[in-house]
Amino acid sequence: MRKILLTLFLLAVVCARPAAALDAAAVAKLATGEGDEKTNAIAALIAEGDPRALVILEALGAGELQTAGNRVFIVKDGKATDAITGANIASIPPGAEDVVVNNRLRGVVQAALAAASLMSADRSMRLAAAKELAAGADPAVLPLVTKAFEKETDPEVRSLLAQMTATAQLKSGAPEERIAAIRTLAKSQSGNTRTILASVLETEKDDVVKAELQRSLREIDGRLAWHQRAGLAFAGISLGSILLLAALGLAITYGLMGVINMAHGELIMIGAYTTYAVQNLFRGYAPGAFDWYLAAAVPAAFCVSAIVGMVLERGVIRWLYGRPLETLLATWGISLMLIQGMRTLFGAQNVQVVNPAFMSGGIEVFSDIVLPWNRIVIIVFAFAVLAAMWLMLERTRLGLFVRGVTQNRAMASCVGVPTTRVDTWAFGLGSGIAGLAGCALSQIGNVGPDLGQSYIVDSFLVVVFGGVGQLAGTVYAALILGLTNKLLESWSGAVIAKIAVLVFIIIFIQLRPQGMFALRGRAVEAG
Amino acid sequence: MTDSVISDSVLGRMYGPRGWTMLAAAAVVMLVALPVFSLAVAQTSSFHLSAYWVTLIGKIMCYAIVAIAMDLIWGYTGILSLGHGLFFALGGYAFGMYLMREIGREGQYQADLPDFMVFLDWKQLPWQWWNSDQFWWCALLALAVPGLLAYVFGYLAFRSRVKGVYFSIITQALSFAAMLLFFRNDTGFGGNNGFTDFKRVLGFSVTSPETRISLFMITAAILLGTLVLARFVVTSRFGRILTAIRDAEARVAFCGYNTLHYKLAIWTLSAVLCGIAGALYVPQVGIINPSEMSPANSIEIAIWVAVGGRGTLVGPLIGAGLVNGAKSVFTQILPEYWLFALGAIFILVTLFLPQGVVGLLAQVRKRPR
Repeated sequence: MRKILLTLFLLAVVCARPAAALDAAAVAKLATGEGDEKTNAIAALIAEGDPRALVILEALGAGELQTAGNRVFIVKDGKATDAITGANIASIPPGAEDVVVNNRLRGVVQAALAAASLMSADRSMRLAAAKELAAGADPAVLPLVTKAFEKETDPEVRSLLAQMTATAQLKSGAPEERIAAIRTLAKSQSGNTRTILASVLETEKDDVVKAELQRSLREIDGRLAWHQRAGLAFAGISLGSILLLAALGLAITYGLMGVINMAHGELIMIGAYTTYAVQNLFRGYAPGAFDWYLAAAVPAAFCVSAIVGMVLERGVIRWLYGRPLETLLATWGISLMLIQGMRTLFGAQNVQVVNPAFMSGGIEVFSDIVLPWNRIVIIVFAFAVLAAMWLMLERTRLGLFVRGVTQNRAMASCVGVPTTRVDTWAFGLGSGIAGLAGCALSQIGNVGPDLGQSYIVDSFLVVVFGGVGQLAGTVYAALILGLTNKLLESWSGAVIAKIAVLVFIIIFIQLRPQGMFALRGRAVEAG
Repeated sequence: MTDSVISDSVLGRMYGPRGWTMLAAAAVVMLVALPVFSLAVAQTSSFHLSAYWVTLIGKIMCYAIVAIAMDLIWGYTGILSLGHGLFFALGGYAFGMYLMREIGREGQYQADLPDFMVFLDWKQLPWQWWNSDQFWWCALLALAVPGLLAYVFGYLAFRSRVKGVYFSIITQALSFAAMLLFFRNDTGFGGNNGFTDFKRVLGFSVTSPETRISLFMITAAILLGTLVLARFVVTSRFGRILTAIRDAEARVAFCGYNTLHYKLAIWTLSAVLCGIAGALYVPQVGIINPSEMSPANSIEIAIWVAVGGRGTLVGPLIGAGLVNGAKSVFTQILPEYWLFALGAIFILVTLFLPQGVVGLLAQVRKRPR
């Protein structure tokens, strides 16, 4: 990519200015000189700003530069051109030798090419070049950087260039200059300034500069700690949103209806597999619209899981209302059959679900914190589902019926609510939301027959922790558990964090059983 | 004369003369007939009981002890535990520690420490392994660890009046948490692989037919003992209160009984029985690992009881035998369909056989001619 940009840039420069004669002595030094001579020659060539110089440097970097006697030429795809004039050479002269490029020289060449790009008219190219140089500036290119800095108007590129100058000044320069350089660096957002400053601190003799260095390092450490906390908070909210999605469906089927559905995790798994199937259909029949497969997968996952859920309600669960322990066992049996069914259909291996292009990559908030797009999309999606579910329960006729049947089944039936049909629809709704969760999970994790098993314990705990029958409780519980889990994870490792959270919930339930026994819905009748 | 003495005594309350006879017959079959078929009958004879069958029946008898323990707490007291797999595995791990130490220097690394510790580059035994080379200590742990855990957990849960499905869910969470804990290498129990490659128990080789049949007989004796103990419990006053708690806990409490003590006692007894079963299971099967604690295993225990028939003591025996027998057959013939079959058992039994096989038989017998 960079190479293409660079070639384009070169073309633009070539068109803008007719080729001028190049310093032949510098080119000869570049080809035949020793160590530092070569480096100096590169600096000289770059300083001329001749487009031909860039072609030579590129060839040098790619190992295409050869010499024979005094002639320097570029061999590419078996064709030779004169390095200085660019004229074609009929045949490669006998006794031609490669110009040896060692790693240090290659670095210099790359830095030089990047420095040349600093003069580009295109802002994004200048930014890319500045970022590359900032990673490890070579003093050889410093004059060019200073030149570019004077001309530069874009603030972001300017700050990067200033940082580069500062890095170079840090190594040489008077104490005052060094202090100024340290201050400039301390303000930079870049991740590697800390390493640069720390390495300087080890060799620094001057006490004043040393104190300044230590102060700056503390400042940077403080900032990095905040970045880490922000990253942790994001990870926690992300996990919370996943738990929320997994638990929202349960909040209806278990929280409102009081049905212990151990196959809830498998309804999530079915949603994920539906996404996989839709993805494959798009890949096979509409590869052009592949990036939009999620638009079809979301409703498909909802519908498939909802239908499976409704069939389960009609076929099995309906006959076990009021017998929660039996429901638990029967739905566990259903979950076993669904898992084995998926293994038979799609194989026991995990299947591959690809993110659409707009969901891959991430936002770089700080140089050390990147927020992946797929997680951001899922957080938004979780809250969108929550909002839709709330509207459904509070603003639609079905929602009214569901709440009515939950609060007083007999009375609802008396005023003409078709209670059994409402049960089926409500269970379908909860199952469909599980399908949506599966669709979301397929975007960030493995999709396999055991997918649901890993969420069933968690999602039950979210619902129980939040208080049965309360949507808001489920939301808080999911976010609190997600954040707690991630915080503990950073402190003690993933497994211990998970165990700690489980033990915490067990103790919490012991201490605050009234949170669990918010007697609402069918629990009242059953009790 | 003797009849009336028996019928008035505790023994008479437990079983009638026919019951005791059948129990004695079972004891003769398990403790005399089968060992003879295994050891004394020539291997070529069709009456010979092969090592495969000895291990399989021994394993199922361990499961049957767990099933009886589950029945005491679920069938008689109405508390569905999804953590019995944990108590079983804890008993297994406790006794497994002893078996690991018995390997001595015959492991792969020929070191004093168990192989997995050498592999992890540990220099000495962690504190959990204190005194683990003593048989009596590990046997005690196999009883005490599940018992204590159940006691503490049960006390907290029952005191807070956690019941019904909530209790099931938090026992499941407990078992899940323990599984994660045991999966870690740092916990000191072999991580993923658990304990295996046992060589000796009390100095006898675990692979020799004599040791196998001895373990088989011990298991059979303990199973019969468990059955008698359970029968004693459920026919006693204590057992009748348990049944009353199952049917109407609030009324029992209003009658002046503190249900906490009753539930806690049967819950702890049940966990200890599971621990014993686990300790018997490990030397016979030769491996214990954290997957024994997975939530799926604990739920499976419940289905053994449900298949056989809750609230009867023969039921769990039949259920454990039927389900595990079916599992052995399926995993040999149609391994990929076993989960379908198990799932179907769960659904069909809960929908159509609420009283299990025993209930079905009783119904058939009672049907008017």
